[in-house]
Amino acid sequence: MPADLRDARRWYAEMVLARRFEEEAERAFRRGKIGGYLHLYSGQEAVAAGWLAELRDDDIFFTAYRDHAHALFRGTPPGAVMAELFGKATGVAKGKGGSMHLFDVPRGFYGGYGIVGGHIPLATGAAYALRYLGTDRICLCFLGDGAMNSGSFHEPVNMAGLWGRDGLCPVVYIVENNQYGMGTSVARASAVPDLASRFAAYAIEHERADGMDFLAVRRLARRVIARVRSTGRPYAVEMLTYRFAGHGAADLFQPYRTKEEVTKARAHDPITLLERRLREAGVLDEAEVVRIHEEAAAAVAEAVRFAEESPEPDRDELWTDVYG
Amino acid sequence: MAELTYRDALRTTLIEEMDRDPTVVLLGEDIGLYQGTFRVTADLLERYGPRRVIDTPISELGFVGAAIGMAMLGLRPVVEVMTWNFSLLALDQIVNNAAKLRYFSGGQVEAPLVIRGPNGAGVQLSAQHSQSLEALYAHIPGLYVVAPATPAEAKGLLRTAIRGRNPVIFLENAALYGMKGEVPDGEFALPFGRAEVVRRGRDVTVAAYSRMLHVALAAADRLQGEGIQAEVINLRTLRPLDVDTVAESVGRTHRAVVVQEQWRLFGAAAEIAASIYEQAFDQLDAPVERVTGADVPMPYARNLELLAVPHEEDIVRAVKKTLYKA
Ligand SMILES: Cc1ncc(C[n+]2csc(CCOP(=O)(O)OP(=O)(O)O)c2C)c(N)n1
Repeated sequence: MPADLRDARRWYAEMVLARRFEEEAERAFRRGKIGGYLHLYSGQEAVAAGWLAELRDDDIFFTAYRDHAHALFRGTPPGAVMAELFGKATGVAKGKGGSMHLFDVPRGFYGGYGIVGGHIPLATGAAYALRYLGTDRICLCFLGDGAMNSGSFHEPVNMAGLWGRDGLCPVVYIVENNQYGMGTSVARASAVPDLASRFAAYAIEHERADGMDFLAVRRLARRVIARVRSTGRPYAVEMLTYRFAGHGAADLFQPYRTKEEVTKARAHDPITLLERRLREAGVLDEAEVVRIHEEAAAAVAEAVRFAEESPEPDRDELWTDVYG
Repeated sequence: MAELTYRDALRTTLIEEMDRDPTVVLLGEDIGLYQGTFRVTADLLERYGPRRVIDTPISELGFVGAAIGMAMLGLRPVVEVMTWNFSLLALDQIVNNAAKLRYFSGGQVEAPLVIRGPNGAGVQLSAQHSQSLEALYAHIPGLYVVAPATPAEAKGLLRTAIRGRNPVIFLENAALYGMKGEVPDGEFALPFGRAEVVRRGRDVTVAAYSRMLHVALAAADRLQGEGIQAEVINLRTLRPLDVDTVAESVGRTHRAVVVQEQWRLFGAAAEIAASIYEQAFDQLDAPVERVTGADVPMPYARNLELLAVPHEEDIVRAVKKTLYKA
């Protein structure tokens, strides 16, 4: 069996689980069980899966508010994630963060953030700290195409370029170019739509790559991560991907793009693509696919049950975690 | 005890803490090679090297945010904002990240960092360089807001800020950097949330902080000459705010004047006055008076600038009003 297919079955299962998890979460949102915002990741799974598959256990990562799949891929129990979405005490952040602010620090997940671009400085400083403390750990910073136009992108990325000269900023900026920031396409938001090339302004090595093919993402991730770990210099990758769902669960009509465009994109589903690859390579068969889907459904049903039955946070929790 | 300037008290504390703890790092514009705008970080680059004394680009949002990230991973950054006016560029990072990380992560992360720099009116620096922004920060749960008035406090509060587990807004005052005073040696630290009764008096309580403490003390001297004894309280920290000490004092004096350099509307004095009404209403013999800066952007012209900030005579007048002598 080729090396990069060895545990790809597991990652196929992870992606199926994440997709299933979010479908269920959307239903729960419609039933009023989940409040606030709910940003789904369907279509983009190969990006987070490919990168997190190659991240060492002691490495860390940051992302924005479209963060459920990142947590699940990193091994955060689905029940704890769902409970967080339900605002329950058993959630990853005791119900105090919700969908946009998942955290799992023991697993190196330093958070989902709700202000567009606001986490980019954090990830940059975190990477500096990792080197300063004498480790060879690295930091991944997932961000959206829209975030690249905010001031909070340019400032830290310039500093990463500077700090990288001394090998002090082992961060990978992973731009998840799903082609839209809410309803604004990259073409309408970015003067230079070749987003990767914009990192040239900060002397940061960069490339643009396919974000739909898990196996390709993973190969790229392996190469880039090894490089960043050894050099301590930042690296940027623009992953071309697509968001199948609306921006948030409330974005139903999506007047900013056509049904045809979405239908066409859905024909290139990263999960279907991986399934096809694995079947062609003979490492996955129909029976296994069925089993994986059944297991995912069962795990998600269990997560929902856990979330439903979990208690709400204690009233006293209102006042905790404000100061240490 | 040594006689130190406010500036050197800060610098000495930075040195002591950096010697003790290698995770303390400094970031800011021109803090290294240039030696710091107000020279609080003079020679520190030479002492600790560029990994610990990081000269940053003009990128407030970027470097304050990066410092928060460093703090999340175990460093203890002390960030200098050239003046608090420029902190507004980093407001998102401070308010939306630093203040809330512990809370929305359910206690999983913390951001122990200090953001320090001069606050308040300068010498004809006009509207964009003379703002007192403490109320903006004191309004935010998750932050501590500290405003030392003396060299000793500068040292004691900075040490507590650096060793703590929370983001601290550390408001210095440009007009105080050269001020001299006795500073205890070594490990001296002052707790947050404890006001100090600086001067005893039976007739009226005057509560102030930062530079206004000195204006209040001068007013108290003058009132003394007229036979009025003012009790002067130095608040030291605005969040946490030690209302008890103020209320207790009002219990003795039955009158209160609150002094702040910042704008009147929605300022710290309004909060303190409301707290006095809540905790000591029955004790009051007169309405609480507020002495504040004028509700205008700071004018450049010297005469107007002088009109815009509180002076001794404003406090004297307010005290007399509470005594129905005005
Ligand atoms: C500073 C800020 N401005 C606006 C918003 C509202 N908003 C939320 S998500 C979003 C689009 C961001 O797009 P992108 O960074 O490409 O991420 P994606 O949603 O595509 O994953 C906007 C404008 C926000 N949360 N923060």
